[in-house]
Amino acid sequence: MNKRGPKLALLFAAIPFLTLVFALPLVNRLEPVILGLPFLLFWILLWVVLTPPLLFAAYLCEKKFNRGDEGGDE
Amino acid sequence: MNVALVIIFATIAISAGVGIFAGRRQKMNLENWTVAGRRFGLILIWLLMAGEIYTTFTFLGASGWAFSKGAPAFYILIYGTLAYTLSFFILPALWRVGKRYGLHTQPDYFIKRYDSRSLGVCVALLGVFSIIPYLQLQLAGLGFIVEVASNGAVPSHTAILLAFVLTCAFVYTSGLRGAAWVAIIKDVMMLAAVGVVGIGVPILYFGSPGKMFEALMAKMPEHLVFPGSTPDMNVGWVMSTALLTGLGFYMWPHVFGSAFSAKSDKIIKRNAIIMPFYQIPILLIFFVGFTAFLVIPELQNGDMAFLELVNRTYPPWFMGFVGAAGAVTAMVPSAILVLFASTLLAKNVYQAGFRPQAKEETVLRLSRILVLVITTFALFFAILFPNELVNLLILGYDGVCQFFPGVVLGLFWKRVTKSGVFTGLGVGIAIVAFLILTGRDPFLGMNAGFVGLLVNGFLTVAVSLNTKPRRLDTL
Repeated sequence: MNKRGPKLALLFAAIPFLTLVFALPLVNRLEPVILGLPFLLFWILLWVVLTPPLLFAAYLCEKKFNRGDEGGDE
Repeated sequence: MNVALVIIFATIAISAGVGIFAGRRQKMNLENWTVAGRRFGLILIWLLMAGEIYTTFTFLGASGWAFSKGAPAFYILIYGTLAYTLSFFILPALWRVGKRYGLHTQPDYFIKRYDSRSLGVCVALLGVFSIIPYLQLQLAGLGFIVEVASNGAVPSHTAILLAFVLTCAFVYTSGLRGAAWVAIIKDVMMLAAVGVVGIGVPILYFGSPGKMFEALMAKMPEHLVFPGSTPDMNVGWVMSTALLTGLGFYMWPHVFGSAFSAKSDKIIKRNAIIMPFYQIPILLIFFVGFTAFLVIPELQNGDMAFLELVNRTYPPWFMGFVGAAGAVTAMVPSAILVLFASTLLAKNVYQAGFRPQAKEETVLRLSRILVLVITTFALFFAILFPNELVNLLILGYDGVCQFFPGVVLGLFWKRVTKSGVFTGLGVGIAIVAFLILTGRDPFLGMNAGFVGLLVNGFLTVAVSLNTKPRRLDTL
């Protein structure tokens, strides 16, 4: 079984954890104000909104590299 | 009779009607009742999961936190997103195991994976213990919203009693399917209420959300960065709490169990991808809390921020609409909570613990009777001790998070053993209970549940490596 797909998928899924948890000490600030939002709130919102595309990319990776391993029950 | 009252009562009655109707023409067996026969497609699963996540606590609590604590409230946006990201990997694997072995509940999983009925009974009891305060909080929230929204015309106890007798009725008849159908009404109303108020109030009072933030940054800039207006909720607290609650979210027995109701593992996976979009309304709820912070700074109780602002800004009929939305928002999660608490007791404590030979019909009949018993019990608590159980809820949340190593390692690591899970879980729970009950939460700047989880995970792995795993031919 090819393991590259799941690994890439995990990599994509790690991004929200990095940006929304581990990067927090670096973004705990008000400036610059973007779209009217203080920077901290903007940063969090940005990565919340970007998570579905990231997960979709993970989904495609699993599908592409790992045909036949997933979803045998559908 | 005022118009707000009519809207609230009509909504509660129609919701219960839809819930009861949902189960019509269904031949009820245990699988159909608890996990809707594993037949939900993408939309119903999305609504159901959103129904579990958006509770009255989100409604009142998120705006209340934005009002009284400020930036630490942002952890709510974060933890949901983390939970969905994890669920992308965990839930489909779990679903496949559930499908193969006909599992309905979380303890079912522990019993099957670790071949241990006693572990199942422990997990079931811990689950029920955590669910009761959660349920009670929903009851209290419902009473509170309806009482305020009807301007005192409907006393809180009357609202709780009425809504819960009806919720009980549709859980009894339709099981999980009833909850999913009512979730449709709930979502539409809640999104409408949050949209109108969240976009409306910053515009009405300041011209735009951007101008509202400008005013807030001029008045009190530190409210918008960690630790906001709190003494101890700094970045470390936000990080550990968001991680813990993100990991723990799907460990709630009712959320865990509803994953089994999907039609396929692919449905669950796709659902995980779109779930984070559901976080966006929370931003609007924050707008309401922040606006209240500027407009009604004299407000004492943060939980009142949303309702008080609506009361000052909108006509009475809209207040009724918000009250009605709040009531259904409490009914949906409560229905799912009651359903899983009773199944846990009937199937995993009674049947697995004492009567392995009990028939499925007996378990279903007992579950249904327990719906009535548990609801009565929670009602009794909600009316007699409205505030006592909030601390138990924190304990419950941190408690269910301790299931994480047993669930996830069980899915992805063959070496994990029953002794490992028992040890980790036991010590994790003990640490959490000790830290919270002795007032040591946060501990070293970290959430107490997170401390418990670290030790728990370490012990689960360490003990597993030193004990013999079970034969692996079954999972």
